[in-house]
Amino acid sequence: MIFTTIVDIAYLIGAILFVWGLRLLSSPDSARKGNTLAAIGMAIGIAGSLCDNRIDGEGNYVWIAGGIVLGATIGWLVAKKIKMTDMPQMVSVFNGLGGACAAILSIVELSTVSLDTGGKVISLFALLIGCVAFTGSMLAYLKLDGKIWDSQVTWPKHNIINQFLLIIVLGMFTYLAMTNASNTLLIAFLVLCLFYGWSFVAPIGGADMPVVISLLNSFTGLSAAAAGLIYDNNLMLVGGILVGASGTILTVLMCQAMNRSLFNVLIGGFSAAGGAAQGADDQVAKTTSAVDASILLYYSQSVMFVPGYGLAVAQAQKALKELDDTLEANGVDVKYAIHPVAGRMPGHMNVLLAEADVPYPKLLDLDDANAALPSTDVVVIVGANDVVNPAAVDDPTSSIYGMPVLNVWDAKHVIVLKRSMSPGYAGIQNQLFFHEKTKMFFGDAKDSIQSLLSEVKNL
Amino acid sequence: MTQFMQFISDNLLLIYLLIFTVILGFEVISKVPTVLHTPLMSGANAISGVIIIGAIILIRRSASDDYFSLILGAIAIALGMINVVGGFAVTDRMLEMFKKKKK
Repeated sequence: MIFTTIVDIAYLIGAILFVWGLRLLSSPDSARKGNTLAAIGMAIGIAGSLCDNRIDGEGNYVWIAGGIVLGATIGWLVAKKIKMTDMPQMVSVFNGLGGACAAILSIVELSTVSLDTGGKVISLFALLIGCVAFTGSMLAYLKLDGKIWDSQVTWPKHNIINQFLLIIVLGMFTYLAMTNASNTLLIAFLVLCLFYGWSFVAPIGGADMPVVISLLNSFTGLSAAAAGLIYDNNLMLVGGILVGASGTILTVLMCQAMNRSLFNVLIGGFSAAGGAAQGADDQVAKTTSAVDASILLYYSQSVMFVPGYGLAVAQAQKALKELDDTLEANGVDVKYAIHPVAGRMPGHMNVLLAEADVPYPKLLDLDDANAALPSTDVVVIVGANDVVNPAAVDDPTSSIYGMPVLNVWDAKHVIVLKRSMSPGYAGIQNQLFFHEKTKMFFGDAKDSIQSLLSEVKNL
Repeated sequence: MTQFMQFISDNLLLIYLLIFTVILGFEVISKVPTVLHTPLMSGANAISGVIIIGAIILIRRSASDDYFSLILGAIAIALGMINVVGGFAVTDRMLEMFKKKKK
């Protein structure tokens, strides 16, 4: 009796540490401590489940130990070795594995235990959400890692196919919940859910990736919460719901940053329709050289870097920081403008720049950056595109019209570091490239920055 | 309908817990600065690995010759553990970088 109470208290402490840890995670000063607290909470919870004497059975601790050692070793090694630029992929994979775990638990539960309708609904829900989180996250990983391109997995009329699939999924869900269906049908449902997760993420890509990653994160949380109901475990319930809530908030924030509804994102990104590429063919973009651009940077008073996904792809963050240091040493005021959806996951640019030791106060958010831009001499755009597209402000026919963007054209000069003239994810030509203030500097972001750096140093 | 009402009365405390946790979750996280979006996401992601407790319970409950449950359960534990350990470790690595530049 006393022992049982101790286990219950352990779960309670675990839940409190989750809440407290998340609270500390939302402030820069205490975030690391928050993460540690949540990890301690997890350890206490796992210890509690290992010695909870209400669980009848044969223990099978060898199996448990095997799984724990294997998982912990892999997780630890991967976490230590992974490059910071690969962080979005990593978060997706970890998230997908959590979903897979939920799916496995619910399939075992559904196929071995006879449940009442309520139990079946919860288990089927955990199965569905877990599967979608698993295959969805894996596809997100493949896309982020550049192994799969959007066009390879998107079919014609993909939205209609997805809606059709969803109807079948929900139909089977209802049927399975109402009847004592065979295991064959259950397996069919499993396969269907896995396929739906893949198909659900397939048409979403590029700039919409931050939204979908946070959404999948919240799905995994919900599946853990549902599993908490199955196993009658409050710690799982609380932990799962907290993650569901945080994922939902991030999803909403990302959607707001793009001024689009979640529904709009889910039905397949920016439509290529609208005022795309109008008159772009007869326009000529001005180019500049490393020498000219470096002179412009060297003799200016304030410079603002606008990083985007191209920075991550080229792994140019350290070179950028070096250029920043060199310019600062010559009395140039350097700042960074961070758009909320720059990159491929929420806060992506912040992580990259932190890795390069860029001080936190130099990073300006959207509003501060737009306030500072009119008094900025030179803006250097490093691999960003749609977040600096003037069409969002002045072209009502454009599909990104209304999305808050960085008004870089308010500055005196704009230098765009870019590999080619190809349009960004949205598939919309960017009039900024033809703007009178803009000069293009073609090449890989890292090479371009390094050539600028060596020219600046020679001045 | 009676069934539904019965369900509500039987699980009243649980329903309270659900609702208040949702509110608490939204409140705790609602004002997170952009710089912490990624660590928050990966930290929360690690917390979602709490599902591993379910896998532990599953294995402990199973008969020692029920290889279907044992094998799937052990896989679930391994996957959950990758999520937990990897998630917390990676978050810590990221936050360490944020810390360094504060001085």
